[in-house]
Amino acid sequence: MVPIAYYLVLSGLLFTCGVLGFLIKRNIITIFMSIELMLNGVNLSFVAFAAQWHVLGNEHALSGQIFVFFVMVVAAAEATVGLAIIIAVYRTRETLNVDRVNLLKL
Amino acid sequence: MFHLILFLFFGAICMAGAINLLVQSHPINSALSLIVVMAALAAEYLLLGAEFVAAVQVIVYAGAIMVLFVITIMLLNAGAEEHTRGSRVAILIGVPGVLIAAVLVTWTLVARGQTGSVAIGALPGSPQDIARLLFHDFLLPFEVTSVLILIAIMGAVVLASRPEAVAHRAAKPGQPDHKEMPQLVGSGSRSGKER
Repeated sequence: MVPIAYYLVLSGLLFTCGVLGFLIKRNIITIFMSIELMLNGVNLSFVAFAAQWHVLGNEHALSGQIFVFFVMVVAAAEATVGLAIIIAVYRTRETLNVDRVNLLKL
Repeated sequence: MFHLILFLFFGAICMAGAINLLVQSHPINSALSLIVVMAALAAEYLLLGAEFVAAVQVIVYAGAIMVLFVITIMLLNAGAEEHTRGSRVAILIGVPGVLIAAVLVTWTLVARGQTGSVAIGALPGSPQDIARLLFHDFLLPFEVTSVLILIAIMGAVVLASRPEAVAHRAAKPGQPDHKEMPQLVGSGSRSGKER
């Protein structure tokens, strides 16, 4: 038996690692990967809360897992569009450093 | 006890991968450590009993999304990142702030969290129940996500294609565009020489 709080702590630590990467990284692809890390932490917290709901005896405990599925679908769409934007930015700027990308105009 | 040992083992792998993602300076190393994080998270889902989520995590996240990342890194010939003045300020302010936030979250959850304990593989998750939820109770969101994926595909095609190539194709339909590939290769080798 493991307390569900431990899973929540792991998810919180993963999320803070993602926030830290978002702050200190300068490569635009690595920043994007940090966002994926944050989404993973949130997914773990969804499953952990679904387990808590199951422990409390609710019969709809599966809904949390379905929510994780939707988060993953949105993350896939986000990764597709985001990487296309990164490619477009690299074509015009010839750099991946976010400090040098200061205009939205392509 | 067995559950706790497995949880700590995969949690340690998870955190090691996440910290390695932050420490590495080359994006391809960061991408590979992110794959490690996702695989370890799939094991954590399995420990909770969420087999469906674990399978989708491996297939979609560690498979499809990370392949997209790795292909983009290779296509753009991304090198090691360079540090600037702004990044040093971000490290000086960001690292202590985020560490304080992590300690606060951990303390709140462990000391004050009123959560129960879960046995290994406790969550229900038969394919029958999941199929009923996904295709009956959540049918409308499921269909909306398919439209979302379609829009994302079209957006990616529009964003990643060259404007002049689109104009060229629109002007002369039926003729294959031969200019596209040499330009891409040329720009890649030029940026490689600069580094």
